[in-house]
Amino acid sequence: MMDFLKRLFGQSGSSTTAKERLRLVLMTDHLELSPELIEAMKRDLVDVISRHVEVDRDKIEVNFERQDSALAMLANIPILSVSRPNGNPTLVPVETVQSPTAANVAQPPVRKRRRRAAKKAAATSAAPASAAAQ
Amino acid sequence: MHQTETVQDEVQSGAPAPRLGRAIVLTSGKGGVGKTTTTANLGTALAYRGARVVLVDADIGLRNLDIVLGLESRVKHHLLDVLEERASLDEALVPGKHSEFLFLLAAAQSREKDEVDTAKMKALISSLRERFDYVLIDCPAGIELGFRNAVAGADEAIVICTPEVAAVRDVDRVVGLLGNRFRPQLVINRLRPNLVKKGKMLSVEDVNAILRLPLLGVIADEPEIIVTTNRGEPLALRRETPTGAAYHAIAARVAGEDVPPPMPAAPKVTILERVGSLFGGRRA
Repeated sequence: MMDFLKRLFGQSGSSTTAKERLRLVLMTDHLELSPELIEAMKRDLVDVISRHVEVDRDKIEVNFERQDSALAMLANIPILSVSRPNGNPTLVPVETVQSPTAANVAQPPVRKRRRRAAKKAAATSAAPASAAAQ
Repeated sequence: MHQTETVQDEVQSGAPAPRLGRAIVLTSGKGGVGKTTTTANLGTALAYRGARVVLVDADIGLRNLDIVLGLESRVKHHLLDVLEERASLDEALVPGKHSEFLFLLAAAQSREKDEVDTAKMKALISSLRERFDYVLIDCPAGIELGFRNAVAGADEAIVICTPEVAAVRDVDRVVGLLGNRFRPQLVINRLRPNLVKKGKMLSVEDVNAILRLPLLGVIADEPEIIVTTNRGEPLALRRETPTGAAYHAIAARVAGEDVPPPMPAAPKVTILERVGSLFGGRRA
């Protein structure tokens, strides 16, 4: 609420940044996901997406965020190009990749990003990226 | 049937039937947040109240507490000497400069942390509890063996945190490691009310919204603390200073007195400021 007001008035000290960073870092700490596990998840995510579009492996960001009572994993995967090797129409449902250990990890944000990525793909190429909807 | 009040009054001393003293470990995870300074000042303030206090420097290999107390030239034997039975407890206990109730058990300077036997450390702390009202254990930074040894004999914990992301994170971790047994209480150290006011520093509320610990008190980041440490005279000796008084208030709270946790005063206006802070503290 306070944060919202602060943002509304366009003024926030570095303590707001500190608070936000603290919140994120503690959330990841409490998740007790090892860095290796997060790396492995990242790798798998990229592998799946790379089947359909070319992504920038070095610039992938994976974060965790509290959304209401659930925890969300947010993956930011920059797409370099949408040219795919011999277009395979059977897209793997991406949802299967995004389940970290905890049961309370919510998927919506990931799905959102994915869909945006898919849309982008659909927009720029004639390839049937919409197959993702199936 | 007005028993409720008296029950509450009795809870404060915390000394059970055999009159064992309380062993309190002061810890933080992160280094440099003021564990040693807090230990020295809290010990000084508790001794001022007439309690028998021993300060145990558990930071083996990096002896500091003697310096802060100005006792460095009087240390003849140290913790490891006692644990390894090269010196008796009486030989190793250094009497404080300013109080007949305060004693120091110094750390070894030229030894390694992992030379301490956890079981022996535990036994030593219990024997100290028989002789003193308070055994304050100054824990080394980190969460390895040195930490575990320092914590081993304690039954309560005071965690020291500064309003910084890294310090809060480490305290969160340490509190997780301590578990419920130690009923950790919080001292926030090095707060700069001016910076908090400007939105440039985490506030007490920010820190404790995350840690959610009983707050013993808040100590301001005062140049005086550096000066008194230079001289080897804890600021708690000067009760007339705001920070000295704050340590005494913390000591009173530790002793179970119902005084409010000390808060460093922000320069003038309080209520207006709080409203103002709702709308962001001016420039970032």
